[in-house]
Amino acid sequence: MVKKTLVAAAAITLSTFALSSCGNGSEADSGSDSSGNDDGTITMGFAQVGAESGWRTANTKSIQETAEAEGIELKFNDAQGKQENQIQAIRSYIQQKVDVIAFSPVVETGFDAVLQEAKAAGIPVILTDRAVDVEDPSLYETFLGSDFVLEGERAGDWLVENAKDSDVNGDGTINVVQLEGTTGAAPAIDRAEGFASKISADDSIEVTASQTGEFTRDGGKQVMESFLQSDDSIDVVFAHNDDMGLGAIEAIEAAGLEPGKDIKIITIDAVKDGMTALADGKINFIVECNPLLGPQLMDLAKKVLDGEEVPERVVTDEGTFTQEQAIEALPQRQY
Amino acid sequence: MPESPTLVVRVLRHPLMWPVLALGVLLVINVGVKPSFLDVRMQDGHLYGNVVDIMRNSAPVMLVALGMTLVIATRGIDLSVGAIAAIAAAVACTRIIGAGDEAALSTAVMAMTYAVVVCIALGAWNGLLVSVLGIQPIIATLILMVAGRGISMAITDGQITTVNNPWFSDLASGFVLTLPLAFLVAIGVLAFTAVLTRRTALGMLIESVGINPEASRLAGVRSRTIIWTVYAFSGFCAGLAGLVIAANTNSVNANSLGLWIELDAILAVVIGGTSLAGGRFSLMGTFIGALFIATLTRTIPNIGIPSDLNYLFKAVVVIAVCLLQSPKARAVLRAGRPSSPRPVPAKAGSPA
Repeated sequence: MVKKTLVAAAAITLSTFALSSCGNGSEADSGSDSSGNDDGTITMGFAQVGAESGWRTANTKSIQETAEAEGIELKFNDAQGKQENQIQAIRSYIQQKVDVIAFSPVVETGFDAVLQEAKAAGIPVILTDRAVDVEDPSLYETFLGSDFVLEGERAGDWLVENAKDSDVNGDGTINVVQLEGTTGAAPAIDRAEGFASKISADDSIEVTASQTGEFTRDGGKQVMESFLQSDDSIDVVFAHNDDMGLGAIEAIEAAGLEPGKDIKIITIDAVKDGMTALADGKINFIVECNPLLGPQLMDLAKKVLDGEEVPERVVTDEGTFTQEQAIEALPQRQY
Repeated sequence: MPESPTLVVRVLRHPLMWPVLALGVLLVINVGVKPSFLDVRMQDGHLYGNVVDIMRNSAPVMLVALGMTLVIATRGIDLSVGAIAAIAAAVACTRIIGAGDEAALSTAVMAMTYAVVVCIALGAWNGLLVSVLGIQPIIATLILMVAGRGISMAITDGQITTVNNPWFSDLASGFVLTLPLAFLVAIGVLAFTAVLTRRTALGMLIESVGINPEASRLAGVRSRTIIWTVYAFSGFCAGLAGLVIAANTNSVNANSLGLWIELDAILAVVIGGTSLAGGRFSLMGTFIGALFIATLTRTIPNIGIPSDLNYLFKAVVVIAVCLLQSPKARAVLRAGRPSSPRPVPAKAGSPA
């Protein structure tokens, strides 16, 4: 018992030492003028979902690099896709009295209690990338992330504008097959909704088949294989992310068709492999879903701590890419 | 029933009768919805059609299930196969990228050999835990199931790694004699396993270990070596499956590659008529079980089941097949009323 206590005490001393030395380090090289706590440095606790995709890794990297560049001390936790880990991490940030907490919630519900605790401790909370479903919206300051409905709408807009070229087989109707994301996930639901709302403007565009590809290349390929077997009048593929689109490309090539010409492909994300395929002419249009929200996040954190009003919802800066734009943008692509 | 079994009765009593029937019913449903479902044509010098796709897509589950069959026959289970598949893919893809000439045949062969050797070692590790240290198989392999995905993530830095090697790609997308190479590889492993277990005493020894390890040991069977071997073989099969999955999309996503394939494989084994209680096993049954699962996966987009009903549909079909296979459930159905107060035992409890 005594031994255990000693070990625990030693561990606490060590970790305090590590933390304080870390704090000193960033204090020394930071010229931050924002008012956080008394020492002038902002400390941010960030609870990430996990490292499930290239998109997420780029997201993490952006936050870490921006924090370092702006002299913000970042306490980072990877929840490995588990809500309980994330709640634990947020609790520990509250105990460590960080200045601001930011996190990408693993799931939408179940954060009420821990957010109440943060509010009681006077620590502002910023949501990134994903929203939460809480009774009291004052539990968080703002939500910074992509508007998935808007992404779907942009994809739909492009198809409506390019309807004439997209009717590949020239039969007067544009048959679209949709590769959905993970069933029940917000991006999958919202992107489908946004896309459907825009293509309804043109009667000749019709979604003839829609099935989940689980956001993976393998899933996208297998579903696309099946679509190709049962329907030879497909004009357009709309995939909820690049990876499923890349899987669809392989299926289309295996069927002896040319992706991007015989069947047009629209995807969302703009990760490097997707952009490469777009530049190669195998994809026709990509709507960006930007993971590099570090700069916007740090900016918001400073504003919140300075007592400035911030909007309840901040949309990430995002664009769209055509094939020509992809060729230009590809060399500078970070992720 | 008549005393001397007629042909019909013999067919009905054949252990493979129910899995084959289930597969047949599934195909009939597909053809009913899309009459062109079974159409096969030549395309760029190879066969092309739903059936060909099903053959190719069944290869990973078939490979994993073959290894799983022998493990289950020794009364064990291997939950780590999905993670091992991910490690194989991660190792192979990073080796291909790191090689001097990324597109060379030698690069692909070296990378794949290396990956398979790693997987045999991982399988042997499972075998060590089970046979030497006496840890329960479900716990022993659970360790690698959880840790293995972490290892594969570490190998790829959590990134989706894309490779450009036509030879590696051929493992999944290539064709030999107009048939998908991946399917032929799976058939090759099936034939190899069948010869090894049925033409030698090995199969009988595996069954005896599964029925009673202690009695087998006392009878002079080296149960420890046999258990060790089947886990290493399961690692080998899982590794091959991982390579096929990675080659199919020329990339490895350590997070999702082979995820839940252990459940599909266990299901394939059970549908094929091998009992989870160990002992008798059927490689042909596993073969048909794997084809059944690949056909079921293809059925969903083919007959247009909405995404949110996918799992429900799969579950209903699997329950139906398991009930069909249970003699007690069949007896109940035939009698039209429960002949026994006890609940009907389903053979598989694993989700689809």
